[in-house]
Parts: sequence; structure tokens; C-alpha cells
Amino acid sequence: MDLSILWFVIIAVLWTGYLVLEGFDFGVGMLMSFFPKGTREQKADERRVLVNTIGPVWDGNEVWLLTAGGATFAAFPEWYATLFSGFYLPLFLILFALIVRVVAFEYRGKIASAAWSRRFDVLIQVGSWLPALLWGVAFANLVRGVLLDADHQYIGGFWALLNPFALLGGLTTVVLFLLHGSVFLALKTDGELRTRARALAGRLSIAAVVIAGGWVVWAQLAYSVTWTWAAVVVAAGCLVGVVVTNAKGREGWAFTLSAVTMAAAVALIFGSMYPDVMPGRAGGPSLSIAQATSTDYTLTVMTWVAVILTPVVIAYQSWTYWVFRRRLTTRDLPAPAGLSWTKVREAVGSHAKPAVNQSDLS
Amino acid sequence: MDVLALARWQFAITTVYHFILVPLTIGLAPLVAGMQTAWVVTKNERWLRLTKFFGKLLLINFALGVATGIVQEFQFGMTWSEYSRFVGDVFGAPLAMEALAAFFIESTFLGLWIFGWDRLSKKVHLACAWLFALATNLSALFILSANSWMQHPVGTTYNPETGRAEMESIGAVLGNNTLWAAFPHTVTASFLLSGTFMCGIATWWMVRLVRSKKPELVALARDTYRPAVVLGAVVMLISGVGVIISGDAQGKIMYEQQPGKMSAAEALCDSTEGAAFSILTIGPLNPTCDQLTRVIEVPGLASFLGTGHFSGPDSLLPGVNDVQQDMADKFGATNEAGETISYTPPLGISYWSFRLMIGLAVFSAALAVWSLWATRKGRLSDSKWLSKLAVIAIPMPFLACSFGWIFTEIGRQPWVVAPNPSGIDEVRLLTERGVSTAVPAGVVLTSMIVFTVVYAVLGVIWYRLLHRYAIEGVPQVYDESPEARDADGDDADRPLSFAY
Repeated sequence: MDLSILWFVIIAVLWTGYLVLEGFDFGVGMLMSFFPKGTREQKADERRVLVNTIGPVWDGNEVWLLTAGGATFAAFPEWYATLFSGFYLPLFLILFALIVRVVAFEYRGKIASAAWSRRFDVLIQVGSWLPALLWGVAFANLVRGVLLDADHQYIGGFWALLNPFALLGGLTTVVLFLLHGSVFLALKTDGELRTRARALAGRLSIAAVVIAGGWVVWAQLAYSVTWTWAAVVVAAGCLVGVVVTNAKGREGWAFTLSAVTMAAAVALIFGSMYPDVMPGRAGGPSLSIAQATSTDYTLTVMTWVAVILTPVVIAYQSWTYWVFRRRLTTRDLPAPAGLSWTKVREAVGSHAKPAVNQSDLS
Repeated sequence: MDVLALARWQFAITTVYHFILVPLTIGLAPLVAGMQTAWVVTKNERWLRLTKFFGKLLLINFALGVATGIVQEFQFGMTWSEYSRFVGDVFGAPLAMEALAAFFIESTFLGLWIFGWDRLSKKVHLACAWLFALATNLSALFILSANSWMQHPVGTTYNPETGRAEMESIGAVLGNNTLWAAFPHTVTASFLLSGTFMCGIATWWMVRLVRSKKPELVALARDTYRPAVVLGAVVMLISGVGVIISGDAQGKIMYEQQPGKMSAAEALCDSTEGAAFSILTIGPLNPTCDQLTRVIEVPGLASFLGTGHFSGPDSLLPGVNDVQQDMADKFGATNEAGETISYTPPLGISYWSFRLMIGLAVFSAALAVWSLWATRKGRLSDSKWLSKLAVIAIPMPFLACSFGWIFTEIGRQPWVVAPNPSGIDEVRLLTERGVSTAVPAGVVLTSMIVFTVVYAVLGVIWYRLLHRYAIEGVPQVYDESPEARDADGDDADRPLSFAY
């Protein structure tokens, strides 16, 4: 098999890993906007549960993106260059979102103040909604084709990226991630939260069938090839499966099926692009796998690296999910361990009068 | 400003910002893992307290490092797409390997370390700390192999058909002697920085508690902070020696590979035998050769540092004028637009960043020696001046590391891929040719402003959190490992030991 085609597949697999994994943590992040119920304090508690369902794993999930990016750079430099400079603004917005999101997770609990946590929770929400929307817009544009010149430079401009097909693609990723996140939440929580997450997942799966279904059929009819009908059928079947298993309270199955939905969507997207990595539009040139690829030598080296390391990565990441398999409720969370600005300020007062709370240590 | 200038500023801001954070992670992670090992082995709770204390500081720092690192990777495609097209076949591989071989381990096992205190057995949990620490250093190796290739391209040929550099040997790219000088230098500098950070904070605490004269606080200083002072100081001394040795090796390699960089660092205009090391040279901010006045210098030292000879023909150092002439002969005196290409890196920045990189290490040396002296034979210190030095010393290696990178990257100009003087043909790229051509200047300006503002705000929060957690001191600790729990320990009823 031609190594460049193998790498096209590997990159599709890396994106599948990214969308399946970060898909649910984006989903949980977005759910923080409207899922929590009750008084202000109860909402704050529930938001904290939400954050902690993904706490130990979101960072590892995000690395799938860096790997997909690095693999594209190594295996298809022309694609990397054209895509990232051409889609500059959406990528910039995604990067902005990811920066504030990373920091918000780690810093939200560092100071014992409701206002402090609330601010970072807003950043988590911004950092989840924005990329969820923009990844769909970006991928839909790749399916639809973009305007390239003969040197493989993108010449369509920013506004051309916001066409109806791409915007519906953006809504599709939003609704799929929301569904995926709510199913994950039902899987990872207990009691009242679990019941509500399951009910929400039921409603979201209807929205997903309509919105994602509409986009997928549009993509298939307008831009795709015959075999990707298989992906469409798998995606549709799995979405129906999510509805059924979720209603029965089989959250593990529901989560698996929504993950497969994501994989089928990636298969549809990459299948539509093949044999190009960036199909052209309006009769303009395309950027094909053959034009974008690295040399055989580089691909051989990278294949060995990927073949050896990917199973290891999957093994220890799976183990992480096993270690943190326990379901959470508001009762499981310890008292916030953050510092108080004022308490520390008093403690610092003078070198001669050290913190009182130190004395009981000795 | 044009796209080139903006793209350079944006990249410089991101890199320098990223590298304020990275060395602390590289050095502190193994130190924290080491302290946790000491706890597991000796069962002495002081090490658990110190592990938790410095572990928190490590995490605050790591989060922001990750955030800026993502931007770093994507910049190549966004603002430097022509560079990416030219080098992707070679340069992309180490980046992809970093993600697959190192960054996955870092992020996954850090999550396990943070949340796993009560889930994993002591030994498995400790292994997570070590995997994280080793992976941060492995990350540095891959990233530096990519950077070293830009400084000194090896294992590569130029393909005239595709018009790009193509990899011939991954072994040569990973075995680049530039890398094997840069990697020890970066890692030892990171340990010097982290040792200073640790010793600085612990020394400040020790003095503060001793000055309180309360017996229980003095006991705390002796039991917990003094070991951290000593550990930090010893790490500083050992890594300091490593920094000097690796820096010297790197300087000598640099004279062969990038003579323009080193002659700019010395502000040496004409090739000289037995060249003096300039301690102070004055001139305008970005001077030309005839605007320089050498004020204080040490005879022969620059030659010795560059060549190993104080005088004689072997001690000849090339001056920037000769490098300019030499490069103009080899690579052309003018570009397509007919403008003269300057092959001389900015003299002022190269000269001062090189000196600041070296000079700021004085603070670490002073702190290490004084702290060790003050704690000799079980002693404690209540010296106010030692406490002041401890606080002043902490930011200095951060600045030194940043200046080191500024020197490395500015000294490479006007090249983004510097030519390999030992004869790999055509694998070289001027910085101005690497920039994206499809991105409008206004767009780059917007992203640069937004990133800078976000970085600034997050930088303030980062600093305030580090500061507050440092002056909070070592926490009260409990052994949360599964072994320490009751045999009947019912998982479902107990709250987690840690949550965001």
C-alpha cells in the first residue's frame, strides 16, 4: 500500500481519536452553560462535578490534536502549510479558546472564592463552545472544497468559509459534542445528575438526528462518493442506537455508539476529500495526497514510530479511564482546597509574624 | 508593519513567553518526583510536605506552559507556511514524535498524578510522577532536535524538483552535534533555574521562621525547609557546572557552524587572532561596526572560549565584516529586489543577550554558596540579607534563559534555516522567504495583539498564584495512598482526595 495513503488514513484516525475524546470534554464544557439547576450554590456545586468528570483526562484528550497537527506537518507539509495559513482566523479563534480553557481548568479551584471559580467557568464554556462550532465549520469547508491558486495558496478569504453548508457543519459538531458530552455525563455521574443527564441526552439525540442527519445527507449527496453511504448508514444506525440504549439506561453502550457516530462522520469527511487533502472549488486546482505528501523515507520512519507508539498510548490512556471509573456526585467532592487571598495576605504581614496555621505542623 | 515583521514579533513573543514557563517544568518535575521518592523510601513526612508544596507550584506553571505550547506548534503553519513547505519533510517528524512519544505521556500521567493520590498504590503513583518528569525532558529533546536542525541542517538533501529540503537520515537529524550540545545546555540551565526557585523559596521561609524565634517554627524550619534549601543549592551547583561545560562546548561548535552569531555576540568587526572578550562595549541600540567603542575587555578570552587558544593562528576569530563578505560571495549579495542582504545578526541584541544570559547566573551562584554556608553542619540562618538575596535570585535565571533563547534565535538571522558550512548544498532559507504569503498583515496584527493581551493577563494570574502559594508555605499533609486507608475502606462513601 502506498504510504501516503496509509498516512491519510492515520491522520483520519488521529482526528477520530481527537473528536471522540475531546468531543465529550467539549460537550461537558458546553453543558456547564445550561445543565446545572437549582440555587446559585447548587449550580456552582454541579458545575464543579461537571468539571471533575473530565478533570483527570481532558489534558490527555487534547494531545490528540497536537498529534494530528504534528502528523500532518510531518506527512503532508503542503497540506499543513495551505490549511493552517488559509484557515488562519478560525484556527486563531480555536487557539484562543484552547489557551483560556487549559488555564481555566487548572486555575478554577486554586483560590477559595465563588467569584474566582465562576470567572474561570465562563472561560471553560467559551473555550468549549467556540472550538466545537469552528471544527465543524473547518471540516465542512474541506468537504465542500476551497478556492486555491496554482501554488496551493488559499485565496477564498475568511467570509467564504462561513457558507451555509459549513455553518450547518458547525452546528453538527456542536450538537454531536453536546450529545456525546451528556451521554458521558450520564455514564460518569450518579443519582439525580445521572437521571437528568440521561433525559437531556434523549432530547439532544433527537436534535442530533435532525441537524447532523441533515448535514450528513447534504454532504453525501453534494460532495461525496458511493462508498461513503456506508459511513452515513453506520452514523445513522448508531445515532438511533444512542437513543435506544440511553432510554434503557445503558450508558456505556450509548457512549460507545456516540463514539462510533463520530468515527463514521470522520470516515465520511475523509472519504469525501480523497484523493485530495484539499479539494478545489469553482474549477480551481485541488491539493492532492500525492502533491502534499512527504518523501517515502520520512513516511517510513514515521510509520515505524506510529506503529510502535500508538498502541502504547491507547493502552495507558485506557488505563487512566479505568483508574478514574468511579461515578461522581456533588457529595463526592472534597471541600475546595484553594487558598484565600485575604488569609494569605494577613499571614504574610511581616517576617517576624509568620502564619499562625504553620505552628500546628511542627 | 508588513506580514514578515508582524509574524516575527508574534513568533518571538510566543517563544519567549513559552520559554519563561518551560524550564521550570523541565527542572522542577524531576525534583518533585525525587522528593516524592524520598518520602516513599524514608517515610519521612517532610518530603511529602515538600512534594505537595512544590508540586502545586509545578502545576500552576505547567498549565500555562501547555497553553502557550499549542500556539507554538500551530504558528509554523499559520504564519510561516512557506517555511513549513520547505522543511516539513524533515522538521515535522520531531514535532510529531514529541507529541506521540513524550507529550501524551506528560499529559496522561500528570492527570494520574494529580487525581491519583487516593486511587493508586504509592509505587504506581510515584511511577506516574517519574514518567511525567522524564517525558518533559524527552519533549525538550525532540523540540531541540527540530530547532538544532534549523541552526545546523544535517541528514538532508535539497530536491530541486520539489524545491524543498528532504530527509535522508533520521539518525543524523537526531544525532546532530548541535542538538547534543544544546540539549545538555538547556536541561542543565533548567535545573539551575529550578534549583534557584526551590532554594530561593525555601531559604526565604527558613529565615522567616527562624526570625520568629518561636521554638515550634524554628523546628519547622530545621525539619522541613532546611533540607529543601540544601537540595536546591546542591542542584544549583551541579547544574551550574553543567551549564558552563555545555555552554563552552556549544560556543565552540557555534564558531564552526554559525560564525556570524558568535562574532555578533562579541561585537567583533574584523577577524582577529587572540581576540579579547568584551565586558562592556558601547554604541547605539542597533549599531553598525564603526559605531562601537570597546570600554572594558579581557585579552585573549574570546578566542580561548571560541577556539581553545588564547593566541596564535589557531585563535583566529572571524569578524562580522568577513562573515558578511564570505556569505555574500557564497549566497549572493542582493535579493531579487536588488536590495543588499545583511548577513550580520543585529549586533546590539546579540551582544547584550549573550552577556545577560551569562551574567545573570551570578545571582544563582551567590545564593547557592551562601545558602550552603549558612546551613552547614545543621545550622539555620536568620540573615535578613540572605533572605533578600533569595528573593532577588529567583527571577534571574528565568531572565537568563529567555536571553539565551533570544541570543540563539536572533543570532541565526537573517536565516531561518542557517546554511551548513560543512557542505550540504541548498538546504538553507532566509527568514523573509519563510513567511506565509496568503495571510494579510491586518489578520496577523489582530492575532498578535489578542495573544499578547491574553498572555499578559494570564501571566499576571500565573505570577500571583505562584506568589500566593509560595508564601502559604508547606501544607499540612495526610498520607492518602490506598495502603494507608482502612482495610474496609469503602470507596463509594469517601470524598475524592483531590478535585478541581
